[in-house]
Amino acid sequence: MSVDALSSFRVTTGTRASGAFALVAAALIVIAFAAPLFVSRSVIQNLFFILTMLALAQNWNLLAGYAGLVSVGQQAFVGIGAYAMFGAVILGGMDPVAAIAVGGVAAVLLAIPTAFFVFRLYGAYFAIGTWVIAEVARLVVAQWKSLGGGTGTSLPRDATRSIWGQEAVAALFGVRGPHAADIVSYWLALVLVIATIGFIYRLLRSRQGLGLAAVRDNQDAARSVGVDALRLKTLVYLAAAFGTGLVGALIYVQKARISPDAAFSVVDWTAYVIFIVVIGGIGTIEGPIVGIIVLFLLQNALSDYGSWYLLLLGLIGIAVMLFAPRGLWGFFTDRTGIELFPVRRNLIVAPGATPDKGGPHG
Amino acid sequence: MPILELDQVSKSFGAVPAAEAVSFAVEPGEALGIIGPNGAGKSTLFNLITGNIGVDSGRVLFGGEDVTRAPPMRRCLAGIGRTFQIPQPFQRLTVFENVLTAAMFGNRSSQAEVSGDCARILVDTGLVAHANVPAGKLTLLQRKRLELARALATGPKVLLLDEIAGGLTEAECGALVDLVRAINARGTAIVWIEHVLHALTSVVNRLVVLDFGRVIATGEPAAIMASRQVREIYLGIEV
Ligand SMILES: Nc1ncnc2c1ncn2[C@@H]1O[C@H](COP(=O)(O)OP(=O)(O)OP(=O)(O)O)[C@@H](O)[C@H]1O
Ligand SMILES: [Mg+2]
Repeated sequence: MSVDALSSFRVTTGTRASGAFALVAAALIVIAFAAPLFVSRSVIQNLFFILTMLALAQNWNLLAGYAGLVSVGQQAFVGIGAYAMFGAVILGGMDPVAAIAVGGVAAVLLAIPTAFFVFRLYGAYFAIGTWVIAEVARLVVAQWKSLGGGTGTSLPRDATRSIWGQEAVAALFGVRGPHAADIVSYWLALVLVIATIGFIYRLLRSRQGLGLAAVRDNQDAARSVGVDALRLKTLVYLAAAFGTGLVGALIYVQKARISPDAAFSVVDWTAYVIFIVVIGGIGTIEGPIVGIIVLFLLQNALSDYGSWYLLLLGLIGIAVMLFAPRGLWGFFTDRTGIELFPVRRNLIVAPGATPDKGGPHG
Repeated sequence: MPILELDQVSKSFGAVPAAEAVSFAVEPGEALGIIGPNGAGKSTLFNLITGNIGVDSGRVLFGGEDVTRAPPMRRCLAGIGRTFQIPQPFQRLTVFENVLTAAMFGNRSSQAEVSGDCARILVDTGLVAHANVPAGKLTLLQRKRLELARALATGPKVLLLDEIAGGLTEAECGALVDLVRAINARGTAIVWIEHVLHALTSVVNRLVVLDFGRVIATGEPAAIMASRQVREIYLGIEV
């Protein structure tokens, strides 16, 4: 007799650790939003750095870790996002906070035509292609005279003195204008990180996420079971560009001063980001979180060593790649089985209720 | 009308012709076997049918429609399912997720709609005990079963099987034959490349013999196996 297959099994995704973690994460988010009440301005600035680098790392990890698109040109989207924000403020008279959205849109507008170019390239050629695009974007932006050309420019005083929410925060917290602006930027970074992680986690658990994982593991086989690999990769490329553009714009709202060399810096916006993801663990949401904490601690511990610092970072990166190829989080999760953001779809077949072998489907 | 038709299909890799003016048709619900020595171009033929490799010349028709230029994804959605001779699992996904991917994308369905079918397919292919194991951890024989399970999950009208019976015990081989027969009995046409001839001939009703990329014989299994030319090619291979 055939057992009704639909009543004898179920599909689950969560784990006990992930359930507990959801509560901890909610508490952490509340504390993070309240942090400006009880920490100093320099701590807020450090947290801003951590959050914005984490958002960049999550976006790069989405590209490289999930779609197999190893880009070394994400600085293109940081730079374009930042410059579009500057343009919207200086030339369009927009509020800097509102202009962050312009940065995200500008990054997507750059990503659409360049996607046609880089998606014709594979592996190392793809990486080089993304870098070339970033360099071209930097050179073009350096010709933009009304935004300072090659030397760059600053946000106008009246724009930075009254960004959205700044006055209210200054009054509420009893702090001076620049400090209040930092608090607003910090909150925006927090929102951006939460939104980015939320988006990526939802994507991974969705139908598209499953297709993406299949493409990452074996593109030929994925295409043979009906997965539109190119469409999924394009979706990820555009989403990562949008996210990266938003972060770039936000970083430069806080810096309030821009130049092409800084905004399109491959070291600041791609090399560090790759370090974060590789150290922490590529292809996991937890990895970049671990990675940014490690980078921040190393930066503080090694800041007195000048250029030795970069050399040491490189050596540490190589050591991790050799001894823990899946990063620190991968090393941890392989041994403990703990996952904070589980995506695996487990099939639970009730014991004794196995559907009859050889029976017809359905 | 044939469900699948190859019309003068040719393909060479550099100077090596892997398919030369190959023509044959598969009727709906038919079970066709393809045999030939190593390097005859059997697997290449599958890649040409699925679009994993493009033809140099000739046409591939599916359900009467010309799919010669269609990408593999389109052909899968049209109803061509395939296994790879060298298993190509999604390593980091579990066995269940491998099959789920095929079922969801191959049928444009939601997870809820296809999960039951996936569970059923895992039972049929003997993989249900490994459902939540990453596919990269499977043995070669289990990977071959996963190839079959994944191809089945796409809901094919034509199922292309590439050497799935090698290395099995007598009992396992018997179970596999029963399964392929059952799939065929449900109306799915089968095209099966196989060196294990007793398994193949107990399922298929027609054989195509390939040698150096060319069809050298087509017909009933008994007649083909009796022909001198085929016996010469298969000298040393147990019938
Ligand atoms: N991608 C490729 N690039 C170059 N040559 C190839 C490629 N695929 C197959 N060949 C060559 O084409 C010929 C046919 O190979 P194919 O794999 O189709 O043979 P086969 O009949 O499946 O053999 P086997 O029984 O060993 O699986 C061989 O000479 C092989 O080396
Ligand atoms: Mg072969």
